Amino acid sequence: MKAWFKQGTPWVWLSAGAVSISLVMVIGLIALIAVRGLAHFWPASVMEFEYQARPDAPEQVVMGELARSETMTAAAMREAGFVVPEGQDVVVRHLLKQGNRDVTGRDFAWYLQDHMSERRYPREALVLERLQWGDFYGYLRSYQIDGEVVAEGDQARTMFEEKLAETTTLVRELGHLERFRIGDVSYQMEQLRLEGRALERNQAIDEQTRAQREAELAAQQEDLEALYAELENERQQLQREVSRYSIGMQTADGRSVTIGLEGIVRAWYPNDMSVFQKSAHYVVMFWDFVSGFPREANTEGGILPAIFGTVLMVIIMSIVVTPFGVLAAIYLREYAKQGPLVRTIRISVNNLAGVPPIVFGVFGLGFFVYFVGGGIDRMFFPEALPSPTYGSPAIIWASLTLALLTLPVVIVSTEEGLARIPRTIRDGSLALGATKAETLWRTVVPLTAPAMMTGLILAVARAAGEVAPLMLVGVVKLAPNLPVDGNFPYLHLDRAFMHLGFHIFDVGFQSPNVEAGRPLVYATALILVLIIITLNLTAIAIRNRLREKYKAESD
Amino acid sequence: MSNEHETMTHGLDPSKFRDMQARRLDLKKEKPCLEIDRLNLYYGEEQALKNISLQIPEKRVTAFIGPSGCGKSTLLRCCNRMNDLIDTCRIEGQIRLDGQNIYDPSVDVAELRRKVGMVFQKPNPFPKSIYENVAYGLRIQGVKSRRVLDEVVEQSLKRAALWDEVKDRLQENAFSLSGGQQQRLVIARAIAIEPEVILLDEPASALDPISTARIEELIYELKRDYTIVIVTHNMQQAARVSDFTAYLYLGEVVEFDDTVTVFTNPGKKATEDYITGRHG
Repeated sequence: MKAWFKQGTPWVWLSAGAVSISLVMVIGLIALIAVRGLAHFWPASVMEFEYQARPDAPEQVVMGELARSETMTAAAMREAGFVVPEGQDVVVRHLLKQGNRDVTGRDFAWYLQDHMSERRYPREALVLERLQWGDFYGYLRSYQIDGEVVAEGDQARTMFEEKLAETTTLVRELGHLERFRIGDVSYQMEQLRLEGRALERNQAIDEQTRAQREAELAAQQEDLEALYAELENERQQLQREVSRYSIGMQTADGRSVTIGLEGIVRAWYPNDMSVFQKSAHYVVMFWDFVSGFPREANTEGGILPAIFGTVLMVIIMSIVVTPFGVLAAIYLREYAKQGPLVRTIRISVNNLAGVPPIVFGVFGLGFFVYFVGGGIDRMFFPEALPSPTYGSPAIIWASLTLALLTLPVVIVSTEEGLARIPRTIRDGSLALGATKAETLWRTVVPLTAPAMMTGLILAVARAAGEVAPLMLVGVVKLAPNLPVDGNFPYLHLDRAFMHLGFHIFDVGFQSPNVEAGRPLVYATALILVLIIITLNLTAIAIRNRLREKYKAESD
Repeated sequence: MSNEHETMTHGLDPSKFRDMQARRLDLKKEKPCLEIDRLNLYYGEEQALKNISLQIPEKRVTAFIGPSGCGKSTLLRCCNRMNDLIDTCRIEGQIRLDGQNIYDPSVDVAELRRKVGMVFQKPNPFPKSIYENVAYGLRIQGVKSRRVLDEVVEQSLKRAALWDEVKDRLQENAFSLSGGQQQRLVIARAIAIEPEVILLDEPASALDPISTARIEELIYELKRDYTIVIVTHNMQQAARVSDFTAYLYLGEVVEFDDTVTVFTNPGKKATEDYITGRHG
């Protein structure tokens, strides 16, 4: 036994155990969010059954997707108001996603196994994904144009499918028109209004020029208004066209509902699809999730703005933090006289990494947003006041706050990198008549590049996952515009943005419809993890290339 | 072969010994290049070099020998002010290069180091291509012309006897070379900027015997154009390559004379003890 200890076997086991536990946890975490998140997009079969909640209640027909099943104790269920047959200890209950929020008022409901009839999977059950009110489950009964029934039965199905393809194209066009073309005109009008205000405030110009400028602005305003009217007209026409078509639907319990085609994103018959069709559907759904804009308080639609915001913020943060951190590290390590002062600074920098992120958030709000941003507004955008331009939470302030948060990581790893450069390399350069600065920039700093990248990798991983401080300095639940668009200067750093981390929090815990948001939380988490992994792998690939390039002695 | 004779040659090959006799030089007739004048050097409170005066002759090889810690490397590093980099180091006295005191405040250190190149104990090529290593000094001086760089790189590598081995792979990383090749590359790098003096700090101590022999041949070639100062632990090496030898002990110059005299007929007992290995 003693020999066994002396050989170090227990330590080998202990350390190997630690590694395996970490590994299992990481893989388990990723597997969990991957399974839960990815399963959401699979078109599940729609079941239908009769349900009688209590013996004296009327039988109702229920249709929906099975979200999950649970086994509960009978006592608990009785307390919750369910009728459970006597002498039964456990009950299986099923959560059904039954949609039709506009009809029934609740789109998720629990059903007890004991009260359910045999399940059926009707082939003609139709699922509609709608722009509003969530999904609809039911049967297609008729196809209507301008409110008149044109077709019924199988004919209705063909006509509906054909027309839906057309209207979705039109709806997309409509969305594009509203979001981009009309949006652009509104943006330009706003700019014009600001120019007008700036002109009013400008005391330095004489009356004649003022009148001339005013006339110019008025002419531009007129042009824009004409353009706006034209676009508005086009929009209304499109709107009229798409709103002509509708379908008559019948819910499982027999209610009839008319649904306009313009409100339908897509329609599918889940019980009538082959695996191949389901896979195609899955890919489309997933793509829409990644590339679409959110709807319905973020519980539906896509997360493109959040992905975009996260990536852009991390990139801006990297651009800011790298030069700052590297320069600070170079000064601390190469130029500053090593002594108590530098030691204090170094300790302070290291401790900065331990400050809770929310404190950075408060600092960012007070310093960047109100002080710096407010100052910029007073100096450069007085015409827009009192509405703030830079003086409100924005992506630039979020990036700067995170840059501050991650600065210690970059400084510390760069310093370590600098300390690792062998003295002989510096001496070699100095002995060739290079000054200290030349030695630094031509030899030492390029050699330190891998260490800087290591710092940046850690910074990126930290920044992409940080949420708390961002809630104060720029992240919003729903940003109307992306920080990048077609209007000069294209990159609008003064805009608030959406962030995947905050999106998870918002959908999962702030949304009124918890059950609908649940799979999206997993899916969003998966995307966030994938983005962080991608960013990290990119940085690691760059670092490895640098390492290869500046391969130094092996010792 | 008598015992006495063996003592006289101190273990050197007798034929070499005859060569040495033939190449005996007279220190007094040489033109000094570097004049070290009453140099004192302190590391903090501790005095590392004590009142050193040496006249290092032009276009000759001068060797500094002595036991570890005697200050020979320190003295060498004084010649191009590499000791400036050590905070606690303080220097008194003068070193004159062509009559100009290199410790004068008006002297540009970078300029001085261009005139006095240095090669270190361990090969220290930069982690760049072979070409860029040799071109480094010129690039620092702002030379951009590809033609000039190409020519200087080729010339320097040829003079460092490395050209034939690397001419087809100039763009490869310098670390792909062997230790001996790296050391010759470093020498090529030093001579690319046309210094007057080359300081060699135990240039062959990290190399195998064959590479060492090549470096020694190279030193022999280079002294036609450059003043060379070499610090070495290896007595045979000092005897083989140098024209003049200074024996340092505890920060003082014990003896400085032409190599043949120092090795065959040293003026001081301490020198003889060290050379014959009687000194620890």
